[in-house]
Amino acid sequence: MAKRIEVSDLNIYYGNFLAVEGVNVSIEPRSITALIGPSGCGKSTFLRSLNRMHEVLPGARVEGKVVMDGQDLYGGDVDPVDVRRQIGMVFQRPNPFPTMSIYDNVIAGNRLNNKRMRKSETDELVEKSLRGANLWNEVKDRLDRPGSGLSGGQQQRLCIARAIAVEPDVLLMDEPCSALDPISTLAIEDLMGELKERFTIVIVTHNMQQAARVSEQTGFFNLNGVGQPGRLIEFNPTEKIFSNPDQKATEDYISGRFG
Amino acid sequence: MTATKAPTEPPSQQRVVRRPGDRVFAGTAKGSGIFILLVLAGVAAFLISEALPAITASAEDVPGGEGLGHYVWPLIVGTLLGAVIALLVATPLAVGIALYVTYYAPRRIAAAMGYVIDLLAAIPSVVYGFWGLAVLAPQLVPFHQWAADNLSWIPLFAGPASASGRTMLTVGLVLAVMILPIISAIAREVFSQAPALHREAALALGATRWEMIKMAVLPYGKSGVIAGAMLGLGRALGETMAVAIILSGGGAATLNLITSSNPSTIASNIALKFPEATGLGVNTLIASGLVLFLITLAVNMLARYIVNRRADFSGAN
Repeated sequence: MAKRIEVSDLNIYYGNFLAVEGVNVSIEPRSITALIGPSGCGKSTFLRSLNRMHEVLPGARVEGKVVMDGQDLYGGDVDPVDVRRQIGMVFQRPNPFPTMSIYDNVIAGNRLNNKRMRKSETDELVEKSLRGANLWNEVKDRLDRPGSGLSGGQQQRLCIARAIAVEPDVLLMDEPCSALDPISTLAIEDLMGELKERFTIVIVTHNMQQAARVSEQTGFFNLNGVGQPGRLIEFNPTEKIFSNPDQKATEDYISGRFG
Repeated sequence: MTATKAPTEPPSQQRVVRRPGDRVFAGTAKGSGIFILLVLAGVAAFLISEALPAITASAEDVPGGEGLGHYVWPLIVGTLLGAVIALLVATPLAVGIALYVTYYAPRRIAAAMGYVIDLLAAIPSVVYGFWGLAVLAPQLVPFHQWAADNLSWIPLFAGPASASGRTMLTVGLVLAVMILPIISAIAREVFSQAPALHREAALALGATRWEMIKMAVLPYGKSGVIAGAMLGLGRALGETMAVAIILSGGGAATLNLITSSNPSTIASNIALKFPEATGLGVNTLIASGLVLFLITLAVNMLARYIVNRRADFSGAN
């Protein structure tokens, strides 16, 4: 299932404003790729461009190529809706649908893809996805209760269960732990370690320790100043980024000298 | 550790700092709350005390000569019929308009449309009445005829068709136009407040725009739409002028929408009969007003019940 994403010469615009410039990167399957950098450097914008979620904002567009296992995600005949069905996303703030039960939240994506599923199939899928998100034991007795009644960490794992229930090729995570306490964060990080066996994972994080703990590859984004486009300064194995980065700016950032 | 220290005096005797601004605000808020309850109680007391003679009077003294129930029943049917037609026509239309304005229309068109629809609410009901009488009713005559010819197996269209178009159907449609701005304004407001968080969650799962609306916008806005529909229903139930102008009234209770012998509605009947009513006639009209009051109350309580039934899932928690 996990697929490789090749990004070449990607420029991302909001209207006339160039937000991210000239990104070239290859994201490996069955691994975790972390994106770090100061606020406003375009790492979230870049992440959202991978499943065309940035197009939710009017005027957003890209130049360049994003290719997933040979399929150009920005090809003329590609529907962003199909892209998002293959590339799942977990957001900064947990966002289970408040009007749906836990059960319905998990299968929300599957209901979109194929309308008719037997009850036994959905039961199985819900259990599998919730087990996959390490949430099954905590919620198995209250699947018919609203997802909004769970704690923040549980809600976030519910969102992960919802995202993996549709068996995506890639899982994007936009600061998935920044609204969570350290224990919930640890639970999510452990979960990411398990999920990378099956999915390609890209995570944006402000927490450099987290990037160092969970990821195989790390990309460092930066910008020269306000109003300037963000750039991918360095992309290397995580170990190298945190011990012996190629770029001075990367070293300054991870050693806390700025940002 | 202040938390573990025993209090030096019972909490009830502790001096609580109360700022004058807080006190004034709390007082005004409390006063407003009590005031509205007093007004409501006053209206209810007036209605009941004035209606009592008609309720207790013997059947032959009540206008019509067959008792209060017999007098009010056709009016209740007429009132509910007109209001329900209006609600059934206006609600889907209002939801559609609200969704178009909030999620489909280009921004400029959306703003312009918003103004135009709000303008509908500013038209006086007398004007609606004349429009219904002079424009809509004649236009609807062919439809009345067609319905009587082809749909007469449905009790609602049993016929015979009215030649003037001054029927319950026309009234219902005029009322629908009148309550459209109320429902669509409230629906627009709640739809536009559907959290971006949940809209993005739906889109990220691969929802199309319509699926996103079904997953994240409509469930969120449902209670608001119900509230708006109930406000609209309240207006339709109580609408007086437009109905009084269009309907000839006076007919017996019937579900037949297209005949010219329709029952009137409670409000328009009061407006038409009140100037010439004397004695027990006045009490009878007020008793019918009490019935309208109770119907509106019941409708609102029902709406509240529907909204609260799934409060856990409302997204408000």
